[in-house]
Amino acid sequence: MLIRKSKPHDIRSSEITPSGAYMDRRRFLATGAAGAGAVLFSGLFMPTVGRTAPLSGVIKGSYTVDEPLTDKEAATTYNNFYELGTGKDDPVENAHYLKTDPWTVAIDGLVKGAGTYSFEDLIHPHKLEERVYRLRCVEAWSMVIPWVGVPLADVIRRLEPQGSAKYVAFETLVDPVRMPGQVRNALPWPYREGLRMDEALHPLTMLAVGMYGESMLPQNGAPIRLVVPWKYGFKSIKSIVRISFTEEQPPATWNMQNPREYGFYSNVNPDVDHPRWSQAKERRIGEFFKRPTLPFNGYGEDVASLYAGMDMTKNY
Amino acid sequence: MPMPSIAKRLLKPAVFTLCLAPALWMGALAFTGGLGANPIEALTRGMGDWALRFLLVGLALTPLKGITGWGWPVRVRRMIGLFAFFYAALHLSSYVVLDQFFDWSAIWKDIIKRPYITVGMATFIALIPLAATSTNAMVRRLGGRRWKMLHRLVYAAGIGGVFHFFMLVKADLREPMIYAVVLAALLGWRIVTIVRKNAATERAI
Repeated sequence: MLIRKSKPHDIRSSEITPSGAYMDRRRFLATGAAGAGAVLFSGLFMPTVGRTAPLSGVIKGSYTVDEPLTDKEAATTYNNFYELGTGKDDPVENAHYLKTDPWTVAIDGLVKGAGTYSFEDLIHPHKLEERVYRLRCVEAWSMVIPWVGVPLADVIRRLEPQGSAKYVAFETLVDPVRMPGQVRNALPWPYREGLRMDEALHPLTMLAVGMYGESMLPQNGAPIRLVVPWKYGFKSIKSIVRISFTEEQPPATWNMQNPREYGFYSNVNPDVDHPRWSQAKERRIGEFFKRPTLPFNGYGEDVASLYAGMDMTKNY
Repeated sequence: MPMPSIAKRLLKPAVFTLCLAPALWMGALAFTGGLGANPIEALTRGMGDWALRFLLVGLALTPLKGITGWGWPVRVRRMIGLFAFFYAALHLSSYVVLDQFFDWSAIWKDIIKRPYITVGMATFIALIPLAATSTNAMVRRLGGRRWKMLHRLVYAAGIGGVFHFFMLVKADLREPMIYAVVLAALLGWRIVTIVRKNAATERAI
């Protein structure tokens, strides 16, 4: 179903921070001040994780990892999401700014189903499934996360891209009110990412709307984000508001920021170091010893064929 | 400004306690799970932050004396400098022990391949002779002039420390920028002072 196309400068009433959010913050600060003494030497010196709603009707997906899940607390408080701040604990602290209901996603470019879709219209025709994936950050730490979402391929097929579409491009919301990190230009906004069509259609690639059985929290990219488990985490763009089908390779934010350090492909590769640090090992969050990083983050059997004949040291 | 004798006696113990507080605080957080999801990174970063802060505080004491005429800043300068070395040593230990767990080949590769680690290591090495010659006996042995010459290495260490921070940041340069501005101001004050002094000498001639 199509809804009216909104212009980027339109301010919807939903974008205005409701007074409840301010009050919540005040209450949080007050509780924090009162409890600070008691909390000083306990491990509780952590921001509140946030509210989630359990997701229903989720089926177990076929992909899982035989490794212990990362602590939910860690996965929802240690985040890279520069739209909510550049520190690891900024996203959870600023999460309350990011209101995600209502949410729309613009579909455009070389595609039959172009238009503006509500979150529900984009996701609900598909069956939600849970998949446990490894997540490897380009900063050499990793997690194991039970995502809830839908295969991107199913959504793409429903939207019917034209034969000339070779790439899929994604954009994150730009709204300095809901995303206070965007007040400064730490990165050129909007955050952009892209996949080759065969990567986007790969069965491992998913659009995630939740994790740990519950709806996605703002700090993790609510309400809808990409998950591409064989690529470094920054490829898995968060809080998506636009999906475009293009003939040319689309721009990708970190690649624009520093092309020598972040390639378009950014497949997890222990043999190609980041210019400033080694990618041979990673620290799994919650573990003391580093573990060796696996080619394609351990998904080589599924995806290595996508890159047959390509020089991965040049197409990093 | 003459100081009451009680303040004089309390100055060093008070400064010592203050300087030790960040280490105790971070240690307490580490043992109570208060360092977040990646405590090793938090500890390494935290110790590095404090090493740089103490280095800059140490460099601020001479200008502070010059501007205010107070005597006490210079009396705690050695202690502050040694604390900068202490935090730098904890920072390096955290990297060697907790981050790399004595993987010497990985550490060596880091030092030669990663410019920010090369600079960080060089900065630490520059601090070693300063810490080693910090005793009164060493000042006497070296002689004031040579000791002073040697201790100018602290300027290189300050610049190296700020560069080290700059080079490891991915996109948000605000924090290293603050350190850079403070360092530039402290070194700038010294340059201005020298230039003025030279000008005054010339006028006198």
